[in-house]
Amino acid sequence: MASNQMNKELSVQDMIKKNKQKKNLGNAIEKIVPIFLLLCAVVSVLTTIGILFTLLRESILFFTKVPLTDFYFGTNWSPWTEHFGVAPLIAGTLLITAIAICVAVPIGIACAIYLSEYASERARKIIKPILEILAGIPTVVYGFFALTFVSPLLMNIFPDMRIFNAMSAGLVVGIMIIPMIASLSEDAMSAVPKSLREGALGLGATRFEVSMKVVLPAALSGIIASIVLAVSRAIGETMIVTIAAGATPNLTFNPTESIQTLTAFIVQGATGDTSYHSTIYNSIYAVGITLFIFTLLMNILSQYISRRFKEDY
Amino acid sequence: MSQHVNTSHTKSRVNINKFFKFLFIFATALAMLFLAALFYRIVSQGMGYVSIDFLKNFPAPYIEEAGLFAGIMGSIFMMAITAPVSIIIGVSTALYLEEYAKQNKFTRFIQINVQNLAGVPSIVFGLLGLTFFVYILGFGYTLIAGALTMSLLVLPVIVVSSQEAIRSVPLEIREASIGMGATKWQTIWRIVLPAAIPGIITGSILALSRAIGETAPLIIVGAATAIYSIPDSFMSKYTVMPIQIYSWTARPQAEWQFVAAAGIIVLLILLLCMNAIAVWIRNKFQNRY
Repeated sequence: MASNQMNKELSVQDMIKKNKQKKNLGNAIEKIVPIFLLLCAVVSVLTTIGILFTLLRESILFFTKVPLTDFYFGTNWSPWTEHFGVAPLIAGTLLITAIAICVAVPIGIACAIYLSEYASERARKIIKPILEILAGIPTVVYGFFALTFVSPLLMNIFPDMRIFNAMSAGLVVGIMIIPMIASLSEDAMSAVPKSLREGALGLGATRFEVSMKVVLPAALSGIIASIVLAVSRAIGETMIVTIAAGATPNLTFNPTESIQTLTAFIVQGATGDTSYHSTIYNSIYAVGITLFIFTLLMNILSQYISRRFKEDY
Repeated sequence: MSQHVNTSHTKSRVNINKFFKFLFIFATALAMLFLAALFYRIVSQGMGYVSIDFLKNFPAPYIEEAGLFAGIMGSIFMMAITAPVSIIIGVSTALYLEEYAKQNKFTRFIQINVQNLAGVPSIVFGLLGLTFFVYILGFGYTLIAGALTMSLLVLPVIVVSSQEAIRSVPLEIREASIGMGATKWQTIWRIVLPAAIPGIITGSILALSRAIGETAPLIIVGAATAIYSIPDSFMSKYTVMPIQIYSWTARPQAEWQFVAAAGIIVLLILLLCMNAIAVWIRNKFQNRY
């Protein structure tokens, strides 16, 4: 009996000991885990630093060979003959972006108004995922569509248009960003409280008047932010313009001509016969940092607008 | 008299409303029409070229023999690296930001940094991969360089969607767990993560389906266009489906368009399946609390 008691006591002590060891292990985990998680969180910061470091290092090398002013104010881009004026690439990028925005803004906002103000719950549940499919299609597919379908179609309308042209690429970039504008604007409009709509409807306003005079102004910051974000996406879009817009750096705003964008040049420069640390190789990064700054400014502007002008109800 | 004016005015307002309602429906239909035209075009051009041989052949100089096998295997191998790397780092980042980080400047900096990374054009990630993985780390134009570049590209998307999933786990069940004597990590590992996992998986699948379709950064980090073997190590040369499609699109002879369309059909079927799974998970586990 007594020895039994002893045994039991011992085993209890063992258990306590074991528990203490477990607790130590647990304590260790409690201390290690946050450190591991923090290290993972730092990866995204390191990525940003990496991007800045990469772009800066190579473009500084570039700007020691080609003066900054020649780069940004030069109007002749033919890197294989040592002419590095980036204006034609910027013009090409802006042309594509302008065409895309002309397509995407009216259609995207009209979609958003329909979905948030007119559509029944059921219609919205069906249509929204269908629009989201547009956003999930790889851009190489859009490029193929622009080159083999939209271009030949447009060539029937504009007979002197080339198969590689800014217009078909711009139109298709526009189609690509429709769901982005539609979905973000719809979110902004849905956030406008029902009571505002009901008040206006109760005063005898039509749905259209409610949309235009109540919902749209209230959701304006969100809508503008979505447009700015879409502009950024259009500026950075690569495969559609690489496949469909051609590879002709061209200081023109004529959409029927073949052009080249910032992104399309990066692809051409990286796949062509460019040796490591040649001037052309460095120029890829100078173009890259220009692109990066453009899109970064747009993204910051978009975040600023949606934060600064957010209406609180 | 004034009554009459008012009714006609009301009538015209009602008509304007009808007109614009029609216009908005028309715009929505137009967007869906683009989608239909795109699918119709690709299916009508490529369907005849999709076959078992097309799925298991390597690239070839002749249209009848060209196949997508190297691209399919390359995409699978790439995802086998990209998925674990990006999901582990992404979910960890989200856990840190949501559960551990104090509300201070450093936390806000990481948060803003992640949001800005999500808006950086994919081709810029390609330049990062080219300098860092290909040249500085000396991986060359290999599978691992491409896969790591892709991991960094999808990381912000996974972080943001995981954060939303973790945030939507109600405070009460955490408090209940802590109240039962569980430690913070036990609560996270056994209570918060299981509850957030449907949302995390949904976001991750959507992010990875974007990665499978990405072309631009892989062109920059040197995915090859003609590969006659499947990767046998991290340091193998590789190609992926979108790169093969791109290289077919870029050929001058028009017949290669049909092969490109066939490749696109295979790619789109895979992506639609992934999206369907994501939507299914989202609907099945929605509103559990």
